[in-house]
Amino acid sequence: MRILSLVILFLMLSKTVVASEQIVLGLSQDEVAITANFDGSQILLFGAIQRDAPEPDGKMGVIITIAGPSKPIAVRKKEKRFGIWVNNQTVEVDAAPSFYAVATNAPFSEILLDVEDLRNKISIERAIRSVGAPMHIENSQSFTEAVIRIRKDQKLYQLLENEILVDQNTLFRTAIDMPANLTEGDYFTKIFLTRDGEIVSQFDTTIDVKKVGLERFLFNLSRQNPLIYGLMSLAIAIFAGWVASSFFRYIRHT
Amino acid sequence: MFIKLSETMQIYLPIAEVSVNAFLLLGLGGFVGVLSGMFGVGGGFLMTPLLFFIGIPPAVAVATEANQIVASSFSGALAHLRRKTVDLRMGTVLLGGGLIGAVLGLYVFNYLKALGQVDLLVKLCYVVFLGVIGTLMFVESLNAIRRARSKTTVINRTNRHKGLVHTLPLKMRFKTSGLYISVIPPFAVGIFVGILSAIMGVGGGFIMVPAMIYLLGMPTKVVVGTSLFQIIFVTGFTTLLHATTNYTVDIALAVLLLIGGVVGAQIGTQIGAKMQAEQLRILLSVLVLLVCLKLAMDLLIEPAELFSLGKLGI
Repeated sequence: MRILSLVILFLMLSKTVVASEQIVLGLSQDEVAITANFDGSQILLFGAIQRDAPEPDGKMGVIITIAGPSKPIAVRKKEKRFGIWVNNQTVEVDAAPSFYAVATNAPFSEILLDVEDLRNKISIERAIRSVGAPMHIENSQSFTEAVIRIRKDQKLYQLLENEILVDQNTLFRTAIDMPANLTEGDYFTKIFLTRDGEIVSQFDTTIDVKKVGLERFLFNLSRQNPLIYGLMSLAIAIFAGWVASSFFRYIRHT
Repeated sequence: MFIKLSETMQIYLPIAEVSVNAFLLLGLGGFVGVLSGMFGVGGGFLMTPLLFFIGIPPAVAVATEANQIVASSFSGALAHLRRKTVDLRMGTVLLGGGLIGAVLGLYVFNYLKALGQVDLLVKLCYVVFLGVIGTLMFVESLNAIRRARSKTTVINRTNRHKGLVHTLPLKMRFKTSGLYISVIPPFAVGIFVGILSAIMGVGGGFIMVPAMIYLLGMPTKVVVGTSLFQIIFVTGFTTLLHATTNYTVDIALAVLLLIGGVVGAQIGTQIGAKMQAEQLRILLSVLVLLVCLKLAMDLLIEPAELFSLGKLGI
């Protein structure tokens, strides 16, 4: 319903913009619930390209990005000190999405001009911004690269080239896997339609990722009422210890 | 929901924010529980590094393990209270030191956490303590086996430290232990153990028990009960400190380890009663040394990834 109303809103707005092609999108889910047995999630994105004129010339590209909440991170580099490997230099990367996936229907550079990438910050490298590197640290670029490398290994950053299937230049679909270690928050989802590398249409939506049920209750309690949470943890531990001891005493005496 | 649970058995830990196999956690709890039942050790010094190995963040492992130790030492202490083998007065002195030590330890912990060095601190502490304890245990049990083979009688050791304990001021009478000694040594032992509890997530029985026997000269029968009494309160206090300053106590993780732990401990006690202790003790010391070696290697060998990501400002 929300998506539908967004589409309608988009259609109304786009009348002012002269565009012969527009994107219509569907999602398999617009909410990801982190439950007790959460082990990652797969999101299906599908849509169509609506045209009110014959299809224009030029290579068509579809790009989908999903970006998790941005949080500043401390990137630390280990160095050998007194024979052991110790965290030495720290660089603050002040805005890096906790999750970032880019899916395309063709090799990235073929369907998006560098200028457009620079303007819209679509590629993984552009989506991360590092300002806080102190002057005395050489090669602060390597710290930003480390963020990308580590998060790619954890499947938190994904470049999915050629992963969008396009049917008859109209219908498109893709599936994006989200790993288990997701950060809660709004995941901004953008779909770009390009012609010869230039963006001709864009559609935005959000996917809500949140802990639910017991997970949510425990997490919130631990942050909002840490003392009560701590006392509760102790009470559970003591109760469990007492139950165990009386249970096994009972077994031994019978 | 239950069908889905049995399919995967992956469990998402709400505070650690990682997804782990529930059977793995139950198994770990059970394994360490068996060892602690067999040898009468708390097991915290093995559990915490094992949690590092399966990918639990060290800060969460330390805080959660403190919480789990509360449970295991509580059931143990109850048994000792029933048998009246707890020196409550001595326990209280040790506890006083322990609480101060826990605050000091947590202060150091949080200071180094802000510097991004807390993992190093925790791992270094483990390498040193596991190395020393593993080696001592290994040598001790080898000697015991050799003695048993040559069948020579054990020479009774005289307590050399008694003199020092008796010369210090602030003497107090500990009726249950039959001692009249200064409160300074037990208080100092308490502080030391409290620091270890906050930094390493251990009860500290492996330090306290020998200190009580050899340093304070307490009778062996009250040593374990008294140390368990102190451990409950110190680890409980440590849990609260970590929960309120670092938000790193994961109750779901603690409960899973606990279930495995209590069952394992009962099995371990049965095994321990039937088997030859010395051979088993060598096995335990080898295990302790292996864990120590693994941790040491992580620090000594150049890591494949030199960079690590951390949260800012915590």
